[in-house]
Amino acid sequence: MFSRREFLTASVALGAIAGVGMEGLWSRAAAQQALSENDLLDAPDFGNVTLLHLTDIHAQLKPLYFREPSINIGVGEVEGLPPHVTGADFLKMFNLKPGSPEAYALTSVDFTALAKAYGKMGGLDRIATIAKRVRAERGDKVLFLDGGDTWQGSYTANASKGADMVEAMNALGLDAMTGHWEFTYGTDRVEEIVDTLDFPLLAGNIFDAEWNEPAFEAYQIFERGGVKVAVIGQAFPYTPIANPRWMIPNWSFGIREDEVRKNVAAARDDGAELVVLLSHNGFDVDRKLASRVDGIDVLLSGHTHDALPEPIRVGNTMIIASGSNGKFISRLDLDVADGSVKGFRYRLIPVFSDVITPDPEISALIDRLRGPHEAELQRELGRTETLLYRRGNFNGTFDDLICQALIAERDAEISLSPGFRWGTSLISGQSITVDDLHNACAMTYPEAYRSTMSGQLIKDILEDVADNLFNPDPYYQQGGDMVRVGGMGYTINPKKPIGSRISDMTVLRTGESIDPKRNYVVAGWASVNEGTEGPPIWDVVEAHLKNNPTVNIEENRSVKLVM
Amino acid sequence: MNLSRRQVLTLSASAVAVAATGLGPSVVFADAAATEKSIAAFTGGKSPATGKITLNAPEIAENGNTVPISVSVDSEMTKDSYVQSVMVLAEGNPNPGVITFNFSPMSGEATATTRMRLAKTQNVVAIAKMNDGSVFMDKKLVKVTIGGCGG
Repeated sequence: MFSRREFLTASVALGAIAGVGMEGLWSRAAAQQALSENDLLDAPDFGNVTLLHLTDIHAQLKPLYFREPSINIGVGEVEGLPPHVTGADFLKMFNLKPGSPEAYALTSVDFTALAKAYGKMGGLDRIATIAKRVRAERGDKVLFLDGGDTWQGSYTANASKGADMVEAMNALGLDAMTGHWEFTYGTDRVEEIVDTLDFPLLAGNIFDAEWNEPAFEAYQIFERGGVKVAVIGQAFPYTPIANPRWMIPNWSFGIREDEVRKNVAAARDDGAELVVLLSHNGFDVDRKLASRVDGIDVLLSGHTHDALPEPIRVGNTMIIASGSNGKFISRLDLDVADGSVKGFRYRLIPVFSDVITPDPEISALIDRLRGPHEAELQRELGRTETLLYRRGNFNGTFDDLICQALIAERDAEISLSPGFRWGTSLISGQSITVDDLHNACAMTYPEAYRSTMSGQLIKDILEDVADNLFNPDPYYQQGGDMVRVGGMGYTINPKKPIGSRISDMTVLRTGESIDPKRNYVVAGWASVNEGTEGPPIWDVVEAHLKNNPTVNIEENRSVKLVM
Repeated sequence: MNLSRRQVLTLSASAVAVAATGLGPSVVFADAAATEKSIAAFTGGKSPATGKITLNAPEIAENGNTVPISVSVDSEMTKDSYVQSVMVLAEGNPNPGVITFNFSPMSGEATATTRMRLAKTQNVVAIAKMNDGSVFMDKKLVKVTIGGCGG
């Protein structure tokens, strides 16, 4: 373990990054300096508009570990393109030094060792420090935007139905947001919050399901630094499919490319000189959208939790991917004149919690919000001897823990756990608290069901989810990862079409092939169907940890990838 | 927890898949040939060109039982040049025919919306017939999926 001082001198700092013509080298400007708050945040004055982008923080108020994926496969046209580059390939592509703070922040390489050296990331009080500093430097030029997946993902968010996050984001002084998991609090709760929010929830792609009329404001025009900036909101298009439709029966979503086109035109007609799409589409969907819809200057992408150190350019649109869980915040300084972008400086700011001073006001607010629950949050359920994480296309070790708990506690042969991209990581030696467990499963439909499914049905489910992930046309992708399995193994070829990606399904306990005609007892959680019965998943995992308080889970080897 | 069969069907993440793909051997789905036959009957044997007509449908259906679609045809809609009718087909339904909209120059514009049931993932096809006999087609793949694992 590094001391704080060693950490500060250990490495490469993140100097002035990017700008026109600098795409390709993230940290070259910064070779040998020590890492300080100033190195992370100091920026020369540039341009007349500054966008701050935060997305997919999943209700994480406190600093955390979050391991980026080691497998994130792209198919079709996007094969091998960012964000479908991981590990050592990512380091090489962006010219990052192995073992550096950037390598730790952006990849899974040597994660545990680097996590012990560089510490936790994120924390809304650190983000507040960054936002306040940028506002102090840039005055009325700043627009602070949240890409959504903000209100869900923690014990306190669930307990307060998102109220803790709403209060925190109001205090942070956001200018606008869009959403996805927000909608899993149901129509009434969402409407109640939106009515009291200090800033608009923008979503041009949500319509009243009965009358096909816009259900939310599509865009708003802000004047910043003398520039009229239009922010168009794009909520997660597949919310009623990936999440329970019965909770929001009157809202219909979809990509609705024509609506985006229409709103861009309307915003330009309203005098917008800069058009920003605040999107929760997911990166590949956004890249395709940018190639088909003209007139978007900046596309702030969210949903798929990708953190990219440089903008990706598609035509005249630059796409920004700001990561997740509060690990990063993006700062984009723009020089806008005569209705177009003349130049920019971009920085993906890694929120190293030991380097950036917490903002005392927001720290106090976080303490107050968590206070009533603090004893419960800190209650220890077990301890892990191995890294627990979720993010990646296939089973992560935290999922394996959940899948083991489902089999053991629900007396099942096979377990299924959704391939969510949220869920924080725990490194070896950490205790597992109620807080940690809820970071992996806090949601409004947590019932752990137990039912029987035929082998054929299990295959159909795996094929269906695989097609949501690996369909070569991004518009048919939903942005989650592959459903996690317990008690069984399988082989997957992402490049095949639906119906033939999955093979060699095997019951691990017996080594027998899964019989399409036989029925299996299956336990799972987070069903999108109304009326699902069972104990909440966190009770299932807690009961399992009570019987097995020491967790030791090696990498899952029962899912085989062939390409 | 013991569940009845009915509960299991509504419970599992797979209920939609059961409805979507498991209609059983007694239901005979339309095939490409049946769709071709309907198109030929509508166009008088002409093969439709692309362009002029736009079919709007979701990429993935939120509810396969009621999928909203809209069609619009680029036309002056004057006595000399107008859209006579637009036929909508669902290639993978037991019967491909969904609806035919009829227009006249008095319609002002050739646009229409409706909702349709889709039994499974399939192509939806829309064909416009103009008053001069020319025909145009647009097609879109609509996925009917299990859902539940995104995010």
